[in-house]
Amino acid sequence: MNFISHVAQFLTSGANWTGPNAIPALLASQLKLSAIAVIAAVLVGVCAGALLGHSGRGSFAVINAANAARAIPSFALIILLAIQPAIARLQQSGLVAASLTMFALAVPPVLTNTYVGVRGVDPAVRSAALAMGMKPTQLLRQVELPLALPLILAGARTAAVEVVATATLAAYVGYPDLGTYIFTGLAINNNVETFAGAFLVAAVALVVDTLMATGGRALTPKGMRTTSRAARYRGLGADVTTVRALRPASAAKAAK
Amino acid sequence: MALIGSAGLFGTWISSNEGMILSLLWQHVQLTAIAVAVGAAISLPLGVVAWRVHGLRGPLVGVTGALYVVPSVALLLLVAPITGFFSITTAEVALVSYTLLILLRNTIAGLDSVPAQVHDAARGMGYSPARELVKVQLPLAMPSIFAGLRVATVTVVGLVNVTAFIGQGGLGQLIIQGFQGDFTTEIAVGLVLSVLLAGVADALLVGVERLSLPWLRAQSGARA
Repeated sequence: MNFISHVAQFLTSGANWTGPNAIPALLASQLKLSAIAVIAAVLVGVCAGALLGHSGRGSFAVINAANAARAIPSFALIILLAIQPAIARLQQSGLVAASLTMFALAVPPVLTNTYVGVRGVDPAVRSAALAMGMKPTQLLRQVELPLALPLILAGARTAAVEVVATATLAAYVGYPDLGTYIFTGLAINNNVETFAGAFLVAAVALVVDTLMATGGRALTPKGMRTTSRAARYRGLGADVTTVRALRPASAAKAAK
Repeated sequence: MALIGSAGLFGTWISSNEGMILSLLWQHVQLTAIAVAVGAAISLPLGVVAWRVHGLRGPLVGVTGALYVVPSVALLLLVAPITGFFSITTAEVALVSYTLLILLRNTIAGLDSVPAQVHDAARGMGYSPARELVKVQLPLAMPSIFAGLRVATVTVVGLVNVTAFIGQGGLGQLIIQGFQGDFTTEIAVGLVLSVLLAGVADALLVGVERLSLPWLRAQSGARA
């Protein structure tokens, strides 16, 4: 109880809410880093995933690259990049190393979800579009991408949550964000500060997840807002493996 | 080249620190195995319950989803005051909590994917609900459960590194030491071994899946 009240004191103390090293400033830099990485990853991931899914080529490469990327620990990558002389001598070395790492973390979910979404468009719909005289680019932009939108947004949500959470590590390589409290607390053996930092990061991640889920629902055209059971599980952390696992369920339902 | 340092230095450092590297690798394997085993022991029964009792599905997926969203570093330190800073329990609580959503969701999805006709046939043949679950539904859900185990294992292998902040971490120790000593080779060794370990674990799970679910091979053979 005493510990909790110390944490509450830390979080509500006025000193921690004003100034360059206070909660608002650190939160802003965490969100800035995350936004850079997620926006870049969505641009790259959606373009690459749409092209691959549209052409139907490279499924083997995409799925394997995404699985391999999952195995790369962000923690190792960010540190490895941060101490490279080419990056370490930059003024914003922490931001650069962190952005590159977060970008690498965010691309796979966006890419695989876009790929699966575009690839998964009903062949009959595709044939109908072509029979109506659509050009391949029209097919992609007016049919395939809109139909893939829910899955693409789910990928962006996963990416955003993972990035906001992992951006904490940037503080370890000299980019002050909410992780600063955690690592400072660990270094000076101040469990209250560490715990307060962890609490803030967890809260931010949960808020971002909720915002991305709500935003995703708002961006999805009304007719496509599925309420099916399978679709609900596609939300957070959706990826090729689970999507593939979910297919039989919808197939079985269709058969009924 | 600059990234990994010269190959000679790489080899020399590895051979002169072989004992330390191997023991950290072994710790990494243990931390991962415990987390995935405990995660599976919790999520499989929970998955079956959530699948059967529709009212529990939302809450269970919601709670495990929230645990999944909480950042790994943060979760480690949030449980630390209860389970002790620098304890293996703290590391495992955090690691296990990440496997729950993945395993739970795939268990439910796998059970959901059992065709209604199969269910009708089993009931028609006089299977009791419990026997049907064990003999028919769970085996048919296994591909999805294995997919979840693979994702969970690969994720945990990566996350174990982060537990180095509380004195655990296996190969993560190499990464932290390398950072403190500004020594790229050590970080690269940690990174590469961690990725290799994830690959080997994934391949092992694929092997176990193939051996334990022989009908999958027969199915894909028939399709081809």
